[in-house]
Amino acid sequence: MIWSIYLGVVVQGVLTGLVYGLMALGLSVIFGVVRVVNFAHGEFAVVAMYAAFLLFHTLGLDPLVTMLPIAATFFLVGFLLQATLINSFVGRSEHEQFILLVGIAIVILNGLLMLFGPDARPANLPYAFDSYAVGPLFIDKVRIYSAVAALAIAATLFCFFRYTATGTAIRACADNLTGAAVVGLNVKRLYAITFGVGLACVGAAGALMVTIADAAPTLGPAYTLLAFIIVIVGGLGSMAGALVGGVLIGVSEALAGFIIQPSMKSMFSFALLIAVLVLRPRGLLGRRA
Amino acid sequence: MRRSPTPNRRHVLAGAAAAATVVAAPAVVRAQAKAIKLAVLLPRSGYLAPAGQSCHRGALIAPKVLADFGYQVDLVHVDIESNPDVARTQCERVINDGAQGVIGAFDSASTLAMAQVCEQRQVPLVVNIGAAPQLTEQGYKFLVRNFPTGGQLVTNGLKLIKDLIGATHIDPKTAVFLHANDTFGTSQRQAMDKIFPNAGLPFRLLESIAYDPKAQDLSVEVTKIRALNPNLLLVVTRAADAIKLVRDMVRQHFEPMGIISPGSPGLYDEEFYQALGPLADYPIYNIPWANPKGHMSQALEAAFKPANPKFRFAVECFNVGFTFEALLIAADGFKRAGTTHGPELMQAIRATNIADHVMIGPPITFDAKGQNVGIPSAAVQNRGRTPTVVLPAAVATMTPVLPMPGWQGRT
Amino acid sequence: MIELWRGLEPRARGLIAMLLVALAAAPLAVDRYLISVLTLVLYFAYVGQAWNLMMGYAGQLSLGHALYVGLGAYVAALLWVHFGIGPWLGVFAAVLLAMVFGAVVGWLGFRFGVEGVYFALLTIAAAEFTRIAFDNIGFTGGSGGLFLPYQQERLGEWWNLRGGQLLFYYVALALAAAGVVVAAKLSRSRLGYQWLAVREDEIAARSLGINAFRAKMTAVLVSSGMTAVGGVFYAFYYNNLFPAQVFDIERSIELILGPIVGGLGTVFGPVVGAFILTPLGEGLIALTSRLGIDAPGAKAVFYGLTLIAIICARPNGVWPWLARVLGLKERSP
Repeated sequence: MIWSIYLGVVVQGVLTGLVYGLMALGLSVIFGVVRVVNFAHGEFAVVAMYAAFLLFHTLGLDPLVTMLPIAATFFLVGFLLQATLINSFVGRSEHEQFILLVGIAIVILNGLLMLFGPDARPANLPYAFDSYAVGPLFIDKVRIYSAVAALAIAATLFCFFRYTATGTAIRACADNLTGAAVVGLNVKRLYAITFGVGLACVGAAGALMVTIADAAPTLGPAYTLLAFIIVIVGGLGSMAGALVGGVLIGVSEALAGFIIQPSMKSMFSFALLIAVLVLRPRGLLGRRA
Repeated sequence: MRRSPTPNRRHVLAGAAAAATVVAAPAVVRAQAKAIKLAVLLPRSGYLAPAGQSCHRGALIAPKVLADFGYQVDLVHVDIESNPDVARTQCERVINDGAQGVIGAFDSASTLAMAQVCEQRQVPLVVNIGAAPQLTEQGYKFLVRNFPTGGQLVTNGLKLIKDLIGATHIDPKTAVFLHANDTFGTSQRQAMDKIFPNAGLPFRLLESIAYDPKAQDLSVEVTKIRALNPNLLLVVTRAADAIKLVRDMVRQHFEPMGIISPGSPGLYDEEFYQALGPLADYPIYNIPWANPKGHMSQALEAAFKPANPKFRFAVECFNVGFTFEALLIAADGFKRAGTTHGPELMQAIRATNIADHVMIGPPITFDAKGQNVGIPSAAVQNRGRTPTVVLPAAVATMTPVLPMPGWQGRT
Repeated sequence: MIELWRGLEPRARGLIAMLLVALAAAPLAVDRYLISVLTLVLYFAYVGQAWNLMMGYAGQLSLGHALYVGLGAYVAALLWVHFGIGPWLGVFAAVLLAMVFGAVVGWLGFRFGVEGVYFALLTIAAAEFTRIAFDNIGFTGGSGGLFLPYQQERLGEWWNLRGGQLLFYYVALALAAAGVVVAAKLSRSRLGYQWLAVREDEIAARSLGINAFRAKMTAVLVSSGMTAVGGVFYAFYYNNLFPAQVFDIERSIELILGPIVGGLGTVFGPVVGAFILTPLGEGLIALTSRLGIDAPGAKAVFYGLTLIAIICARPNGVWPWLARVLGLKERSP
């Protein structure tokens, strides 16, 4: 039955896309609020992958579990990083931010190479080779679990931004910076918290990604690009947009790879990006700037 | 036309048999008067780092092993960072610093950048690994390559597949060819397109699928292949991709008769074994391999083990063996030429005829274009998570097993 | 060009003259290794200058400039390999194709109001799209690569860029010098001032009657065309092209580091930046090998840290500071 093959491809695309969407969510938060172009975003995700790999390798802890402490650590790192180094770059021109973050990306990537060597490191989970047989489809267990975890984190984040005071304050900064300062919000501190939250997302996403991909130092740039594509397609400043964008890119790449030639599937994503940039720059779910 | 007189050298160095000493002494004194300075340029960082570092391990143990066989070399190691700009400037630098021969560089773009420098400086370049056919087609006089071209790999690989079918009595009717869309994968694909129709194999090639080597996973590709349901899966991958491939095959319950590579890396990297455990067994890859029964490769293995406790020679012998052989060629050329002066040295290298070497096959020789056309492939199968030569029978240590057992229930 | 020279103060004239003489005479004094490094420096100074016109003056951030290098390289190489047409003719076709692509990117961006980071991402997407396309086009060699044959008998043909190291060194020097002259002329021209106005405040510029769209498009066309010439040089210098190498985003990033570190929107910024960064990379390789650090990746870590340090210490680039130290005044934007 040919439709079942297509359905299988779509389902895998959705599940993978949710995890990438979580990573992009971190970028959306950072870029949407703090307005820093984080060109080291993918590298941070790879660091999280290695962290989860290490914890699994040495302590045998499942990344689905270690995802939380890793996210917490990344929150701290993000908070400190923003408060110290990055804060002075907020509001500066894009090319300066760019050089700073490219420098950081180079340091991280090669630091990982020095520490772990160039070979890809897999987290050999006991259920890594299992799949659920749902009718004629095979759905990988690791993808289901990580997709569910990604949704859970995204939901938590949503509640944070909607229902807590800090979350609302952060949204205020994003909407109207001057107004936020005028009503007395401590913008600097909020920026640091936001960066922390963004990196926490990346940390959680990285821990999840190591269940479906192997940690390698050179993955960073590709993930950075992927995160930007998802954020733009989905819409900056929209959390649902990041997830929807992730799913859309995941599915479209999977289908493009299946129908045309797999080696050209990225072409499709880039074409989609160009189309969105030109025709609907606020993205699918983004708010009008 | 010299045979490297290994037993005699060994006795000399062990200090025994005065007669042997007297016989060999003049030759020893003359050729071991000085060492040749060789530069080894490899991509030890950047995207080719895994392969580059593996070759590097071979280069590090080479001087001692070469000395045991009567060759003195003095090595300089450079990381070209998988970047042709760096390869070019660093090649100039090492030649400035006195390198009399250059070995490298795995990455074709970097190798060609270096070839131009070596040609201008008249310094021999011995390519250890690099399959792009054009390396020996561009007309460089100071380049030799001791590695098969993509076309030779595929020809030999397909021939071995025929032998495998004969030896294991399987009856495949269909196959799908999956390859990475990078330099190496594409050269293999071009070779397959040309050679397969006339190779006389009993199965039909349903489709050739190119995948993006930067892809995060291969589940779509596996789904596509599963839909075609071939008996054999022919692959040209790299290590990280091979892991993803098998993982997705297991999860999607796709079990062909065999996974065979007509000539590529990927199925025998340590990470492949560690990630997959018992599921790593039974794929076969037809590539040149170190001769398990040859005494030079055994000497190399003996030196490799203590220097690299975390790595297995059985897994690394491809990169290590070819890198060692490239150094051997340069050292041997120096010995025959008696000089490090470029043009004479290059002439000697072009006239190379080394019978006793590491990889399986006839003596190392080069044709007019500097290409060694005589490198055969062996069929190597993963058994017990170790690469094992299964064909040709003369050098095999086990017999091939096909069809491969199902994924479930392996230990 | 004479007015440019007259417009400089004596100090500046002296320094420029000294620099040119030093570079022209370099092959007499330095060894082949340093010449090869200098060739790279001059190449990056040239393409950096081309990029600088678009970013530093017109304010459009392009992170996909490798697209134009690649297009220039492939067109010239294809004409040479398949039709025997030399680079002095091939360069026109190369520039033309690059300008067409630049025009498309520019039109997509400017017509639809894509700005800042979004425009940068548009340029990345364009470069990546083209890279994958070239990977899959058989005619250009696909991902297997395009190779220029090494024909010893033709080595003296300098007009076909067949020659030794010195030929390429002087071509690179000529390109870098030409780049500086073009930048200097443009920055003092009416177009240059229009660019500045648009960069600083597009709405105000428009209200003054400046056709912002036309100014920005011109910037993209000039920049992409100039970069393509660098690509032609690259093809004949390296004699082999692979889409994954030539169109790679790492190359795009590499060529903009120089102008940013040196000083955006200044005439000498890209030159200074190239003179800092390329030798820095080579120097770090020598340093790490001298210190016996056998850790691949160590050099790159130092390089990254240096970038961070430079951008923190001199956010406007090194050249403005250096010019002050040297007591020069750039008639600056």
